Amino acid sequence: MVLKKQEICHHTIAILVDNEAGVLARVIGMFSGRGYNIESLTVAEVDSQKQLSRITIVTSGTPMVIEQIKAQLGRLVSTHKVSDLTIEGTSISRELALVKVVGTGENRAESLRIANIFRAHTVDSTNSSFIFEITGTPDKIDAFVQAMKPLGLIDISRTGIVAIMRGQTLSP
Amino acid sequence: MSVRTMTGSKLILKALIDQGVEVIFGYPGGSVLSLYDELFRQIKLRHILVRHEQAAVHAAEGYARSTGKVGVVLVTSGPGATNTVTGLLDALCDSVPIVCLTGQVTTYQIGNDAFQEADITGITRSCTKHNYLIKNADHIARIIHEAFYVARTGRPGPVVVDLPKDILISEGVYIEPGNVKHKSYNPQFKADINTIDNAISLIAGAKKPIFYIGGGVINSGEIASQLLIKFVHMTGFPCTQTLMGLGAFPGSDPFSLGMLGMHGTYEANLAMHGSDVIICVGARFDDRITGRLDAFSPNSKKIHIDIDSSSINKNIIVDIPIIGDVASVLKDMIEIWESRQIHIDNLALEDWWTQIKKWRTKDCLRFIQNNKMIKPQYAIQRLYEKTRELDTYITTEVGQHQMWVAQFYKFETPCRLLTSGGLGTMGYGLPSAVGVQIAHPNSLVIDIAGESSIQMNIQEIATLAQYNLPVKVFIINNQYMGMVRQWQEMLYDKCYSESYFTLLPDFVKLAESFGAIGLRVQTIKELDNVIDLMIAVNSPVIVDCCVDPMENCFPMIPPGSAHNEMIFNF
Repeated sequence: MVLKKQEICHHTIAILVDNEAGVLARVIGMFSGRGYNIESLTVAEVDSQKQLSRITIVTSGTPMVIEQIKAQLGRLVSTHKVSDLTIEGTSISRELALVKVVGTGENRAESLRIANIFRAHTVDSTNSSFIFEITGTPDKIDAFVQAMKPLGLIDISRTGIVAIMRGQTLSP
Repeated sequence: MSVRTMTGSKLILKALIDQGVEVIFGYPGGSVLSLYDELFRQIKLRHILVRHEQAAVHAAEGYARSTGKVGVVLVTSGPGATNTVTGLLDALCDSVPIVCLTGQVTTYQIGNDAFQEADITGITRSCTKHNYLIKNADHIARIIHEAFYVARTGRPGPVVVDLPKDILISEGVYIEPGNVKHKSYNPQFKADINTIDNAISLIAGAKKPIFYIGGGVINSGEIASQLLIKFVHMTGFPCTQTLMGLGAFPGSDPFSLGMLGMHGTYEANLAMHGSDVIICVGARFDDRITGRLDAFSPNSKKIHIDIDSSSINKNIIVDIPIIGDVASVLKDMIEIWESRQIHIDNLALEDWWTQIKKWRTKDCLRFIQNNKMIKPQYAIQRLYEKTRELDTYITTEVGQHQMWVAQFYKFETPCRLLTSGGLGTMGYGLPSAVGVQIAHPNSLVIDIAGESSIQMNIQEIATLAQYNLPVKVFIINNQYMGMVRQWQEMLYDKCYSESYFTLLPDFVKLAESFGAIGLRVQTIKELDNVIDLMIAVNSPVIVDCCVDPMENCFPMIPPGSAHNEMIFNF
């Protein structure tokens, strides 16, 4: 079969791994060593009894590359399961961001109004600054950041996305 | 009730013995002294002292590949461990089961840039199948057993176990091998039967089929090879082998087309190019095989049998992937073939063989041996004729001589050729031969070498001499890094940049200085006698076989070309 020029697509991949020393290095080392792209990455323990961690990675590549990424992840000895949330049905994905806005007067009031519209919470406040906590899709957070930029945004911390399958399906 | 404990060093040796280990290849140093002390006080494990840690890994590879067992390496921390890196990656590329025990500084020194400290689990993460750092003596037995399980199952590979110095002297509890099961690692052995059935339907309808087989057949054990031979003969299809697959199907079998790929035969490459169904068994569509990807076998449907799912659709998209152990899949295939009473298109197959035989008449490997200098191909041909009836193992280094071995030495059974395929490690052959001879003390073990490669691990002649291992090092001496020179001649306007040795050691004197026997051949007349003498002597021998320095290795698919764009010697 002749290789066709394939389109680049984005995939959200969830990996269930043993929560042991060096496991994250194995996963991200595989990506850097093989020249794959990581757009976002989150990791935390999800089962302390079985010592399992869940890593959520957003990556991009041709379908052939995505297939290869999943195969290489599955091949790691510490991996229990690999799920491609982009193709295995519909999934919910969320990202959390903490956004610091510094300013006074009308800008300060406007930032609070916009935060309300985006349903962001105010989690810290001084007389010249706010820290907003916002949760949503990466698109929503991008939009919020854009809106805050002219109003004195000076610092952002984003988690990268976490994702899970809709309905009763288990993933990974 | 008190639980019986023992020191970390004792736990390690007990675990190794319970895993059936008989030989360790290694080199001592500060961090592993307590383990070496314990090793000295027992007789079940034999330690072979090499001269360089890289050689320890290659020796373990030679041992593993010629026996089917796991090869074991023991080295110290820091430089001892970093010296194993090339060997480990070599084993990873060629799927060789190795357990490499590395010393480490004490657990409380780790991270402090201590003397002879190296982050070896970090360094070897991408050149091992898996690695461990043991931080508690109670984990030693479990981890060693796990390491062996990971190394030998699925697609085999090297596993590093890093052992901090204080763990070796602290007390821990032993666990028997049977009580260890891995939490997550569980390779798929048996393949999906419906997929195999679909593959059989595709094979049954083939008009221009070809088996393309690789090292996976050898790794799957002798039974895989026997099943393959049976299946090939049942179908009557041609069969071509990769470098790693040589011997998995008998080289002199009339159905064999020899090796394929960059220096493969004309008939093998054209058959791949023209085929309509490729049955890939335990090979991985490597770039040396495929040539230009977009022109690779353009009209064929492809079946790919591999235990490693990441090998599938990596370079070439296949139509029917079968994930499983080669022997298990072939057994299922034969059963289905028989139960469905498959009738193939014999007329089409006859036409296909007529075509292949036409390609064969090109006699693509032919060379002209005038009565001047020895041609390297001729030397290997003579070596083959003189040793084919004997119990012979051949190892090689990397370069032209390696390709000539692949072309001219016909291997009839698996595990008889040991060569560095995936990584192409110069300096592999001699230490690998050490391991083979240790495993097979009464067999004839020959390292067919080049004068350049041999210098990369030449210190191991001392190991041969120390253990009186009668390995024969047959150096095809053309004074150049031959393959580099060939590429420079063909692709860089004959600018022989740094590929010529203005100084080479006198290999005869060098052999003698190590206590080995040195022989030199310069004329065609002497060649047979020297080979006879080399075989007859029961001690290490180095033969310096001076050959035509300008000979090139053909046929060849130039880099970036397709299978039907081969170039020849004539």
